[in-house]
Amino acid sequence: MRKFLIILMVLAVILASGGTVMADGHEGEYGGTLIYAQGADADALDPHMTTLGNSADVIVNVFDGLVRFKAGTTEIEPALAASWEISDDGLEYVFNLREGVEFHDGTPFNAEAVVFDIQRQLDPDHPYYLEGSFPYAGFSLGMIEEVTAVDEYTVKFTLENPYAPFLKNLAMFATMIVSPEAVKEYGEDIFKNPVGTGAFKFVEWVRDDSITLEANEDYWDGRPYLDELIFTVIPNNQTRLLELEEGNIHVMEGLNPTDVERVIENDELELLEAPGLNVGYIALHNEKEPFGNKKVRQAMNYAINKEEITEYLMGGQATVAKGALPPTIWSYDEELEGYPYDPEKAKSLLEEAGYGDGFEFTLRTYSAPRSYNPVGARLATAVQQYLSEVGVDAEIEQLEWGTYIEEGKAGKHTAAFFGWIADNGDPDNFLNVFFNSDNRGSTNRAFYVNEEVDQLLKDAQQITDEEKREEIYKEVQQIIVEDAPFVFLNHMKMQIPVRTNVKNYVLYPTNNKYFHKVWLDQ
Amino acid sequence: MLNYILRRILILIPLLLAISIVVFFMIHLIPGDPVQIMLGDKGSEEDAARIRAELGFDDPLHIQYFKFLSNLMKGDLGRSIRNRNPVISEIQNSFPATIELTILSMVFASAIGIMAGIISAIKQYSIIDNLTMIGALLGISMPVFWVGMMLMLVFGSELGWLPISGRISRVTDLNVITNFYIIDSIITQNWAALQSTLSHLVLPAVTLATIPVAMIARMTRSTTLEVLNQDYIRTARAKGLPEKTVIMKHVLKNSLIPVVTIIGLQFGSFLGGAVLTETVFARAGVGRLLINGILGRDFPVIQGAVIVIASFFVFINLFVDILYSFLDPRIHYS
Repeated sequence: MRKFLIILMVLAVILASGGTVMADGHEGEYGGTLIYAQGADADALDPHMTTLGNSADVIVNVFDGLVRFKAGTTEIEPALAASWEISDDGLEYVFNLREGVEFHDGTPFNAEAVVFDIQRQLDPDHPYYLEGSFPYAGFSLGMIEEVTAVDEYTVKFTLENPYAPFLKNLAMFATMIVSPEAVKEYGEDIFKNPVGTGAFKFVEWVRDDSITLEANEDYWDGRPYLDELIFTVIPNNQTRLLELEEGNIHVMEGLNPTDVERVIENDELELLEAPGLNVGYIALHNEKEPFGNKKVRQAMNYAINKEEITEYLMGGQATVAKGALPPTIWSYDEELEGYPYDPEKAKSLLEEAGYGDGFEFTLRTYSAPRSYNPVGARLATAVQQYLSEVGVDAEIEQLEWGTYIEEGKAGKHTAAFFGWIADNGDPDNFLNVFFNSDNRGSTNRAFYVNEEVDQLLKDAQQITDEEKREEIYKEVQQIIVEDAPFVFLNHMKMQIPVRTNVKNYVLYPTNNKYFHKVWLDQ
Repeated sequence: MLNYILRRILILIPLLLAISIVVFFMIHLIPGDPVQIMLGDKGSEEDAARIRAELGFDDPLHIQYFKFLSNLMKGDLGRSIRNRNPVISEIQNSFPATIELTILSMVFASAIGIMAGIISAIKQYSIIDNLTMIGALLGISMPVFWVGMMLMLVFGSELGWLPISGRISRVTDLNVITNFYIIDSIITQNWAALQSTLSHLVLPAVTLATIPVAMIARMTRSTTLEVLNQDYIRTARAKGLPEKTVIMKHVLKNSLIPVVTIIGLQFGSFLGGAVLTETVFARAGVGRLLINGILGRDFPVIQGAVIVIASFFVFINLFVDILYSFLDPRIHYS
């Protein structure tokens, strides 16, 4: 018995010294190469030069922002800024920067670097402004009037108008800070020579094939567990899954709805799931008949069986949308009832609206699947079927994506399928985007106009008190669901299959892939 | 001969000019705005307008064409709209992968196709002949995409003999110099990388070869049958030459001219196959570069890739024409 105890103690000591105890009490193992497979290559690795998710996934591992999202949430926590103060009028943001941080090329991180990075995107006269290259800057930084370095480690932003989601914008991949010396050195080629302060350093990019990163030994937030991180491109969903099953890659994106069972049944794989911050909808053009009539719009919502669509057509990869906001976002109104499937009610609403005999309209769709719609144009066919049961005749018109989106912004559709993926996890990024009448011609694709909603959305942007903002957003949600400018369809879940030896991989609501705290059980 | 080659190369200039006009106007006239595709669901109309103006898309089409042409004369194919990478470097990166695949595939297709065709012709109407021709019919009929998936499932996943995807194992280091991984691994004497590169080539090359091998086999069979009935073959046999010599020296050489033509032309169609093969097997080649370019309406990339591919195709055909004169001394170029 004593012998047994001694062996046990020795074993315990060996085990304890073998790994490092992480902050949350779990053990992490250092070393190894993790291969993550994506469906398409990144386009640019400068955070400001892309809107593409595949680029963002690499960028969040190489760069840091002033603030960042707490793991698995859209809450804000300090990153390159250790702390900050916001003035009472919501116009001035002063950030106290973390000291002693260096970019991967040895350039010190300080207030000057931040100012340089912001100005290079916003000021067309800046020597390092690149024409036609900063697609996100208008959205993420357009509200900035001035940015100044107060001293070496203090930077001050002055906004044109109060804008409550500003901090969340600074946690987005698109506002992460690039080394100013690297920008000067590489010029136009900065897009393929990323130099940040992040957990991993850039090593090599083989176009359309792979991007290799290595651990940043001096990372201010602790060295990552992995020695090497490879992003590889495998365009075909089936090929990618085969490689995962064979153990040649560790984590992948883009699982076919039909392959979900196959992953669940495989002992060597694990399917990580979390609700996503996105929404799929049909924009009913509110300025065109018959969708100018609220009752018709409500009838459209009642007529479509969203439970069947998410459960069967989308293979359980989605949940039903009750309104425009995904349920996991802050300020979501739990009391929303939405529009359950009720064809009888749809018929009686049509009757009341004077369309008892139904009507005809053109329903536009794109063809290929998108991240908020895994079945592409087949969704339109399903909707057409449901509508025909209440006497509404939808004629499907399919357009090429570039034209589709262009004409959608211009409002050439009567009704059309669209979707949205959160940029910064703030409700403003859904509600204001969709329903502010100023956004007609860009993202208000229902051409919805409601002065009360406009005012509420504006108030919510200008108030920094979170509780008051929450109240306003709940009110807006109630109005929007009642007015039904959209047919609210679905929210996609995030589904990431991983090998079981991949530990501590956390899904982020923005769907970016962070590998700082991930380790391999070898 | 040299004169002829020079003349053929000179003809290339107006030819490429014509191609550049056709490609330029064709891709600019199909619907779809690269800036809108780049911005997708995001971005306001002002963002789109600003980027469009900065990229010069507001200019009239013919002005844009002349800008493109004058840059082309200077050897500048421009930068990709999507990622700002110089088009020439995009092509340098992807072309070698496709060439490696195409050449290996062509070698497979020619060797097997010619052999099968000749055997079929000699043993006309035998079981071997019938089986070969059924095989050829199957080869032409099977979709490349499907063949690739099946080979991958059987040899990659079930048997585990060959790698599933990529150009080289993702954890093998290779010092890339020319981007032809075979050449690079030989130069650097990196035998592990060479082995990995070659094993990654087998399945895609076989996949890409299925249609050409069938076409070459059928073509070889019919031309060989024709030659076998010629008087000079009867003469050769009457001279008492061994059958092997008759086939190798007299039949083969004479039956190959149309086959060589087919092989030359097939190089062009290989590119169509390469798009699918490269997608299934996750190989970063020019087929994928082109398809991504088209989907994103990345005009400079499409123009650059098409011009390079067209020149390549023209050179292959020039090479084939020259080959004729070696195969058939009656053909002279002056």
